[in-house]
Amino acid sequence: MGAAPLPAASLDQRLASLRQTYGEAIPLDDLVDVVRGLLESLHGDVTLQDLRVYGELEALARYIRRAKEEIRSIRPDDISEEHIPTANVELDAIVTHLEEATGTILDSTEIVEAIATGVGGEVGERLQAAVTAIYEACNFQDISGQRITKVISTLQTIERRIGLLVEALGGTGEALPRKPGEKAATSTDDHLLNGPQLPDNANSQAEIDALLASFD
Amino acid sequence: MPLDKNLQILIVDDYKTMLRIIRNLLKQLEFNNIDEATDGSMALAKLKDKAYGLVISDWNMQPMTGLELLKAVRADAGLKALPFIMITAESKTENVVAAKEAGVNNYIVKPFNAETLKAKITSVLGA
Repeated sequence: MGAAPLPAASLDQRLASLRQTYGEAIPLDDLVDVVRGLLESLHGDVTLQDLRVYGELEALARYIRRAKEEIRSIRPDDISEEHIPTANVELDAIVTHLEEATGTILDSTEIVEAIATGVGGEVGERLQAAVTAIYEACNFQDISGQRITKVISTLQTIERRIGLLVEALGGTGEALPRKPGEKAATSTDDHLLNGPQLPDNANSQAEIDALLASFD
Repeated sequence: MPLDKNLQILIVDDYKTMLRIIRNLLKQLEFNNIDEATDGSMALAKLKDKAYGLVISDWNMQPMTGLELLKAVRADAGLKALPFIMITAESKTENVVAAKEAGVNNYIVKPFNAETLKAKITSVLGA
């Protein structure tokens, strides 16, 4: 004669006991042991549906354990304390160097422009055209600076999300606070501050002119 | 009708390089009465302090953006007719529509060239 079927009340009692021990939320670290203990406490005629649920619970616990191990292996502390701060410093340095280099280019170009005005004639005109082209090209500093700012913002978002993920999986990581330099949403048009678009996505000046004309 | 070269122009941008580029390009167009501001709130203070004939403003600035400046200008009885050109890297359709609805007179997308700047100023000033 096999083991006596497990009365429904026994499962309820077991669950009540678990609630008494852990409350409504079981810490992830204890989840595998709890599921295993629960399964081992069951004897007798467990239904196929029950087995499927228990199997899925155990698989879920294994999955969470694997995820925690993988996250631990990529050393999230290194990401938030070393890699991302280093990347931010490097990107800030790029912005500074771009600004300094562009300033130097403009200093020299203004000297050439003054000379062009003094020279006059065809040579002066050609010099002036070259000066204008340099001014136009220096637009790159603004666009590049805005693109780099977008990258820095993206890195900060990744850093914060990793902290939250580690915390959600029961790791030791704390939710990362907002960085001192990180821009908080303060403008009424934050939802419109998209920054420069990549060339394939951007409206050209001609497309914008047509759009504006459509209002007339 | 030729452009009034004595027009007082206020250029607004948080990148000093851009202020310098726009100022130099305006000087090439023989505009010499040019003032600068590095964000919308500074620009608004200058606009209330002195009479200008044209504002050329960036959009993405803190604490007051170019769009907020534009809305403040249009809401001010003494400034609401002031010609306003937006020069910005914000090139999405939603940005252009928002600026137009707020009352912008023209819109230049960065990077821009001297010819475009001249054409938009000419168009806005009705010359």
